[in-house]
Amino acid sequence: MDWNSFLLMRQEMLLLGIILLLIIAEVFISKNKKGNLVHFAVFLFGIHTAVGLLAMEEGSIFGGMFHTTGLIHFFKNVLNIGVFILLLQSADWLQEKIVDHQRGTEFFVLLFSSLLGMYFMVSAGDFLMFFLGLELSTLPVAALAAYEMAKRKSSEAGIKLILSAALASGVALFGISMLYIAGGSIYFNDIMQTITTSHLSILGMVLLLSGLAFKISLVPFHFWTADVYEGAPISVASYLSVISKGAAVFILMILLFTVLRPLLHIWENLVYILALTTMFIGNLFALRQNNLKRFLAFSSIAQAGFILLGIINGEQLGVATVIYFVLIYVFSNLAAFGVVQAISLRTGKENISDYDGLYRTNPKLSLVMMLALFSLAGIPPVAGFFGKFFLFTAAAGKGYYLLVFLAVVNVTISLYYYLLVVRAMFLRTSEHAIPYFNSKLYMKIGLVLTVLGILVLGLYSPLYEYIFELSKNLM
Amino acid sequence: MIAGISIYEILTLTTLLFFIGVYGFITRKNLISILISVELIMNASVVNFVIINKYLYPDVLQGVLFSIFIIAVAAAETALAIAIIINLYRQIGSVEVDATETMKY
Repeated sequence: MDWNSFLLMRQEMLLLGIILLLIIAEVFISKNKKGNLVHFAVFLFGIHTAVGLLAMEEGSIFGGMFHTTGLIHFFKNVLNIGVFILLLQSADWLQEKIVDHQRGTEFFVLLFSSLLGMYFMVSAGDFLMFFLGLELSTLPVAALAAYEMAKRKSSEAGIKLILSAALASGVALFGISMLYIAGGSIYFNDIMQTITTSHLSILGMVLLLSGLAFKISLVPFHFWTADVYEGAPISVASYLSVISKGAAVFILMILLFTVLRPLLHIWENLVYILALTTMFIGNLFALRQNNLKRFLAFSSIAQAGFILLGIINGEQLGVATVIYFVLIYVFSNLAAFGVVQAISLRTGKENISDYDGLYRTNPKLSLVMMLALFSLAGIPPVAGFFGKFFLFTAAAGKGYYLLVFLAVVNVTISLYYYLLVVRAMFLRTSEHAIPYFNSKLYMKIGLVLTVLGILVLGLYSPLYEYIFELSKNLM
Repeated sequence: MIAGISIYEILTLTTLLFFIGVYGFITRKNLISILISVELIMNASVVNFVIINKYLYPDVLQGVLFSIFIIAVAAAETALAIAIIINLYRQIGSVEVDATETMKY
């Protein structure tokens, strides 16, 4: 046995080590020093993120159940950076509201377990590993959504998330069993070679697709999204909308592009319809929201619709544009959620109308929020524009001109509601404006990192070419 | 193989089980009943995997192994859901769906 092959699981083993270390630390740190645990966890994860950036070999172990390529390694790093920024943004909330009740470690252990599940999910080489990763990434998040046990809304969010997720994975499982009949195996490579277009394989694909669509919250599988985002703690909502969605998009793309490639002519139509409904419903519902968390929930649904425009391409260009867009989306959405978190922590206000006149009292926060919303809307100087532009190029390259036209219509609609928030912050005045406050160091670093990400990704183009090179291997 | 029963009959049974579960998930008003419906869906796939393995591809035990993992995961899922339901019950004194509608649209 070649022990070196285990190094392919370097990231997973390191993260598992961190989880165990945190559990041990929880036992041995005395009660009045629990506040240090937050620093400890952030520090450990920072090291993990830095180590993850080192280069890694490609290959597969466990008879092909687990495999890693340059693209998968890159995507795990994207997830790492996202979670690191998220930790920085939620450190203050944990220290002020949670650690006093002796429950700080649970947050990190559950969050990291979920991330571990995502690692296994994106590296999966067969449906068993995929299913286990999917479950490991979902279940801890449901526990996290119900994390503020004293709040009724939080429990409601937890029960809605766990029941929807259980239904989704049950449906996906039934689909996998159909694909098992059709393909004769649960390994991705075997299924890819043996599967043919038949009623059975189409049924299996549709069920599997709808199971994953729950995770990405595509319309018509989006009903849990807004409620869970509103009820769950902001960090958890942010994690769901950024990291969880990103990982699910990645594995959906891998499944559609490799395993289900023989059914390309069928899933193209499905993705077309899903993209249209998701964009329109997400955008139209976002128009009428007043709570910022619900607003961001519907905006993230609409963004998922845009991502499908890259997936419909089905080639290397599609892979590269989707990964690039997810990378930008991670930074933009984390910035928006970070500002909401900072303001909610100090004042408890979460409505758009509460943000009236924010620029006069808190100019820096409003600028971060403005950049984030501009990036989500796709206004040229910031990164979001290029992400959307490449996605549209990918869809237009396959001749879906009508779809691209309707997507552009949707960008216009989305511009309206993103600008509503910007108007509230910059143009309106209010006597009850949120007073000036100073966030702590962690939150500041978290927000500065997201702003850097938004600006650098928009101006530094070689990164896209790097992703494009990496995505050759997927085919 | 079970004598006298073909794979079609068993697959019909599991498909029925699956759709009974989906129907229950949509129509039931009690959180525990919804959880039971989800279990039905999960178990339909468990039977599916075992039967497909046994009847169609008996050389490799992929399906049987898969079903063991599904049972374990389903148990974890149920435990977590029950824990959340108990916590909810402590706060609102009810396990009905109608009681969990403070957030809408």
